Amino acid sequence: MVLQILFLIIAAAAIALFSLNVRKIIRNINLGRPLDRSDRPSERLAIMLKVAFGQSKMAKRPVAFVLHLFVYIGFIIINLEVLEIIIDGIFGTHRIFAAPLGGLYNVLIASFEVLAALVLIGVIVFFARRNIVHVKRFSGIEMSKWPRSDANIILIVEVLLMSAFLTMNAADYKLQQLGASNYLSAGSFPVSSFLIPLLPDSETALIAIERSCWWFHIIGIFAFLNYLPYSKHLHIVLAFPNTYYSNLEPKGELTNMASVSNEVKAMLDPTYTPEPVPEGGRFGAKDIGDLSWKNLMDAYTCTECGRCTSVCPANITGKLLSPRKIMMDTRDRMEEIGKNIDKHGKDHQDGKSLLDSYISREEIWACTTCNACTEACPVDIDPLSIIVELRRFAVMEESQAPASINTMLSNVENNGAPWKYAAVDRMNWAEND
Amino acid sequence: MAGMAAKGESPEILFWVGCAGSFDERAQKITRDICKILQHVGIKFAVLGTEESCTGDPAKRAGNEFLFQMQAMSNIQVLNGYDIKKIVTGCPHCFNTLRNEYPGLGGNYEVIHHSQLIQQLIDEGKLKAEGGESFKGKKITFHDPCYLGRANNVYEAPRKALEILDADLVEMKRCKSNGLCCGAGGAQMFKEPEKGKKDINIERIDEALALKPNIVASSCPFCMTMLSDGVKNYNKEEEVKVLDIAEITARANGL
Repeated sequence: MVLQILFLIIAAAAIALFSLNVRKIIRNINLGRPLDRSDRPSERLAIMLKVAFGQSKMAKRPVAFVLHLFVYIGFIIINLEVLEIIIDGIFGTHRIFAAPLGGLYNVLIASFEVLAALVLIGVIVFFARRNIVHVKRFSGIEMSKWPRSDANIILIVEVLLMSAFLTMNAADYKLQQLGASNYLSAGSFPVSSFLIPLLPDSETALIAIERSCWWFHIIGIFAFLNYLPYSKHLHIVLAFPNTYYSNLEPKGELTNMASVSNEVKAMLDPTYTPEPVPEGGRFGAKDIGDLSWKNLMDAYTCTECGRCTSVCPANITGKLLSPRKIMMDTRDRMEEIGKNIDKHGKDHQDGKSLLDSYISREEIWACTTCNACTEACPVDIDPLSIIVELRRFAVMEESQAPASINTMLSNVENNGAPWKYAAVDRMNWAEND
Repeated sequence: MAGMAAKGESPEILFWVGCAGSFDERAQKITRDICKILQHVGIKFAVLGTEESCTGDPAKRAGNEFLFQMQAMSNIQVLNGYDIKKIVTGCPHCFNTLRNEYPGLGGNYEVIHHSQLIQQLIDEGKLKAEGGESFKGKKITFHDPCYLGRANNVYEAPRKALEILDADLVEMKRCKSNGLCCGAGGAQMFKEPEKGKKDINIERIDEALALKPNIVASSCPFCMTMLSDGVKNYNKEEEVKVLDIAEITARANGL
């Protein structure tokens, strides 16, 4: 009874803390400007099923795809086992699904075991790829101490959880063989049965091992749940809404700013009365509040895999720009603003901004807008639209662009061409052959 | 176009030449070859000539939305004034802007890139590869322009023009949706690159030259400049030609 109450307290605390952090994340995402992505729901659902649920964009890198698939499927399926653990925890039962499910229960437990083993393989290879093989895309200036630790913490916790799960099963199975009371004969243990020789023979010791693994496993899961909001691992949840709200237009299309259309139309036609525009005060983006909520959801969804940066032509050739850094900076700045709101209230100014305090001019001007990053992202994150918004701010609000860009702009304005050629010479090509 | 309109005629298609196609000496050759192809198959076409102006693409990508929309709206006035229905462009950047960004500002046209026109003509049997230079056995690799490929999912049209040549087509590892940019997009064409360890066009041409091609093909005037500069950087202009799909098609047909 005491244990049941303890379990309930831990579960309630974990869920309460998690909901508090989820609310903060939602609040932070809503710091962004409005953007309508409610159109074409069936097309969106199809993209979500294909890209997030079906992992279609992961397949471009087969090794990572297969290993990630182990961990992904393992994560989803083993959650069924967690359901049983929670029910057992609340009611003080043991393997409550065994009796109603009968033979199916054995199949389920066996498949959880196989998946747990595959997850272990996946996670260990991932750890080696980061820390021994040093796969290039896991390094870079933005991959400083915390992002590296974050990745390793996730992998280590997954190893511990899977090991606890398998050890628990092994101890349970051995207790079943010994005929211990309370340990009904249930389940099939194709993986953990190999661990049995490593376990002691005393019933008391086995019960202690089984129980402590059980508690470690479930407390570990609650702890991991609460680690998510602080971690890049949030992608396991946000991948789904983020792909649902993907950009459905051709990648080459940049939005036409409605606020600008009004002014241009008024310039060309003095009788034009502008329609009210919902957009905020400034052109482009200097800070978090100038980006759209989708840009901000993108930032929370990013799991820092570095596929974007590894295909970025600017980054490949040694420029400062890294699309992953754009996303990580956006998230860091958003979290900073969130903390400011918590501490000092809604209107606190800290004198910092996304542009300059986090992302430099050199980075935004190195982009070729080639869309390699958006194509590579397995969860449809769009770093390019953030870069373009920052450029818009630099050019339209501050008139600060590299000198050669200003020359090009004034050529377009004066001659109708990016180079200094006169419009009257436009047909010269037809003459010299 | 003005002349055609004065006679009360209208073209089947408007050829949007683009700034590079109008002013850049190398790109002017591509412009002339596109015209030769149009004439060869007997399509009645027009150009805007001095009434054409920059689509606004580089201004938009550089962040100057005002200038872009000024350009777009005045171009739309001209195009709508002539009641233009269909446009073929010689440049993927013009193609992308006219196709995707003009409709929202009141410019609704059927816009195709010249590689798509060539593909259509081949499919309809109006265009073959005969009567001109033979490309048989020549090793050709195609560089995907970002604004044709990833931006608009046009990967097969330019390849179609190469497939009928009976040439030895080879793909770079980074091709189609994985294609590497030439380095010119997003208004980079008009500025010096930020400091780094290599220029993007050199990175790209290294990949192309590793295949030991006779021809590096593309279908964008900016890619043309970047790739040609890359080849020049290695003094390989004699062995390796950088050619547009339109030039290859015109040559294969002796135009």
